[in-house]
Amino acid sequence: MRNTLSILVANEPGELSRIVGLFSARGYNIETITVGTTLEDGWSRCTIVTEGDDAVIEQILKQCSRLARVREAKSVTSLPHIEREMALIDVSAKSPADRQEIKNLVDIFRAKIVDITHDRLIIEASGNKEKVDRFIGLLESFGLNEVARTGYVAINRLTAEEAESHSATG
Amino acid sequence: MRDATVGTAASEDTAGSVEDPTDKPMRGAEILVRGLIRNGVDKIFGLPGGAVLHIYDELWRFRDEITHYLVRHEQGAVHAAEGYARATGKVGAALVTSGPGATNAVTGIATAYMDSIPLVVITGQVPLPVIGTDAFQEVDTFGLTLPIVKHSYLVRDVRDLAAIIDEAFHIASTGKPGPVVIDIPKDITAHICEEARTKFARVFADDVPPPADEAILDTITDRLINAERPIFYVGGGIVTSGAADDLMKVVELLQAPVTPTLMGLGGFPTAHKLSLGMLGMHGTYAANMGVSEADLLVAVGVRFDDRVTGKLATFAPQAEIIHIDIDPSNIGKVKQPHISLVSDAKSALQRIAARLEAREGATLNAGKARREAWWKKLTAWLDAVPFGCKYSETEINPQQVIEELHRITNGDAIIVTDVGQHQMWAAQFYPFKRSRQWLTSGGLGTMGFGLPAAMGAQLACPDQMVVAVVGDGGFQMTNQEIITAIQYKIPLKVLIMNNGYLGMVRQWQEMFYDRAYSEVDLSISPDFVKLAEAYGALGLRASKPSELADVLERGLAHEGVTIMDIVVSKEENVFPIIPAGQDTRNMILE
Repeated sequence: MRNTLSILVANEPGELSRIVGLFSARGYNIETITVGTTLEDGWSRCTIVTEGDDAVIEQILKQCSRLARVREAKSVTSLPHIEREMALIDVSAKSPADRQEIKNLVDIFRAKIVDITHDRLIIEASGNKEKVDRFIGLLESFGLNEVARTGYVAINRLTAEEAESHSATG
Repeated sequence: MRDATVGTAASEDTAGSVEDPTDKPMRGAEILVRGLIRNGVDKIFGLPGGAVLHIYDELWRFRDEITHYLVRHEQGAVHAAEGYARATGKVGAALVTSGPGATNAVTGIATAYMDSIPLVVITGQVPLPVIGTDAFQEVDTFGLTLPIVKHSYLVRDVRDLAAIIDEAFHIASTGKPGPVVIDIPKDITAHICEEARTKFARVFADDVPPPADEAILDTITDRLINAERPIFYVGGGIVTSGAADDLMKVVELLQAPVTPTLMGLGGFPTAHKLSLGMLGMHGTYAANMGVSEADLLVAVGVRFDDRVTGKLATFAPQAEIIHIDIDPSNIGKVKQPHISLVSDAKSALQRIAARLEAREGATLNAGKARREAWWKKLTAWLDAVPFGCKYSETEINPQQVIEELHRITNGDAIIVTDVGQHQMWAAQFYPFKRSRQWLTSGGLGTMGFGLPAAMGAQLACPDQMVVAVVGDGGFQMTNQEIITAIQYKIPLKVLIMNNGYLGMVRQWQEMFYDRAYSEVDLSISPDFVKLAEAYGALGLRASKPSELADVLERGLAHEGVTIMDIVVSKEENVFPIIPAGQDTRNMILE
């Protein structure tokens, strides 16, 4: 089962390799991994998409929690969540008709054309896995030259109580 | 070279002092040595090299406060530090240079990691500006040791060094202990620190004690009282957390049987009437049968190692399993327990004992009465298959050697072993009385561990008899450290169980590979008595049963280093044995 993990780790040299090393040493696979800074100075959030049943995911989370510089390791998938990935897609547009058709798709998928030459376009698209996969799939027939994907970032949805307390505090 | 000139300032100081002059600018090497002393290190094992020259310069100045033991190979340094740590529970310290110094230390670090032994290993590194250039004696120590450390550091700024050292000792010794590596580039040891800082994120799971889950403790207590066929399966966690007395209290209140793992030996006295002896592949018939028929398995400070469980599906098939361990990742890693508690063994057992004591005497007595039939069964198993030792007129039997050793040392010696047949015989035939009396490489199974580890243990416990029981194979992996023992007048006692084979491998080849003795013959070996003499040690040999007692008595009574070459029957096997991955019912008894 596909699972998205969110790990809060100190932003120090080597800490990411400790997490990645743990995955390979214990035989877990990483589908995507992203790391970025958080609101808190010195801390990064690492989002890892991996495969495994509940027991495997629990083991991974416990193993990650053992690391000295990991403050929190949780599965985002276990609760309602929002997951996004961005892709930069270099696609051929050899005729005006192709270009128009691609632009229609870009509008439908709420993507963006960010670069253009006489026979190619670069498109920025974002969304959940299914949306990005489908968009790229639809562009395939025009001729894909290169695709760069960011991997996933994810965050849990606000629960009803949290939403209320946020609106209450303004 | 820039680092040769930077570091001279501190050398002008004539003598080191333990007092920390925090206001005084000092070079990294001095900060390091003071940090070691501040954290209680008075003995460190190591071998110098280019990248650690500044550190050795400081060690020389501080030689009255911290004694450095010069080993002959870095593996010996880490094993010696492990021996020291295993014998005392304190953090062991080792110091090696960059590149090959670090790679030679890797085996020891992994050994400590697998057995949760607190170590701080300092490795030299090439100067920061040349890291990544394939400089002379450069290796990525941080990367190399990543999967075998509890934590590690590559020091990038001398201002961080003091805090790193303190945190390294804290991490190594708290929670589930383990080795911590501090990789220090040479220029950092030379840089002058004007003002220290503690900027790194200080978080550590072990600092937060797990919540005392009263409800779970109550449930566990109920289960313990009500069980008809309980067994306590106890491991290294008992030894590490110093829980032997608490375990004793709990099982005596319950009159429940106990079986220790290889790492748990000594955590419960082998000769105690509630002891079933060791569990697992080479454990007792009674312990293994007991687990297979128990209705309650109380696993404390253990990790369901494959050498204990054999075939997982048929391990403790009838039992409700309670798992208590300090490491949450151990719970459910290989066997899903019914009830679990994340706690160190000591505080868990203390709290359980308090609950048991609060119960009515009648309730406890009723529980004991329920277990009478269980004890009849267990006693019958204990009587049916005791550990057996054959005696012969012509050949020394290896089990007999351990029996004699036990008799002569009055059962009080600290026994340090290598890995293989002799290790199992020592585990089976030397009844242990107390924690930290049995030091062995359990998890990694490191041949060559015994001799240097015994050296470290002897330094830690100068008033006790320490005996390294090794095989002729493992002995030859680290015997260079005999000269270290000679140099520092460490009265090391080495007992070689010499059967001219890599015996455990030979046994498996005999039993499982149609006696194809592929590359296990060690009959071409040096004369160990002459070797001992070449080192300046006392060398003794016993080849006949009639010589055994005399050799052991003389060898152990000798004040200096003794190497006892005990020539034992060549093809004796370790029994019982549960073949790897099989269930208890497949136990081969002889």
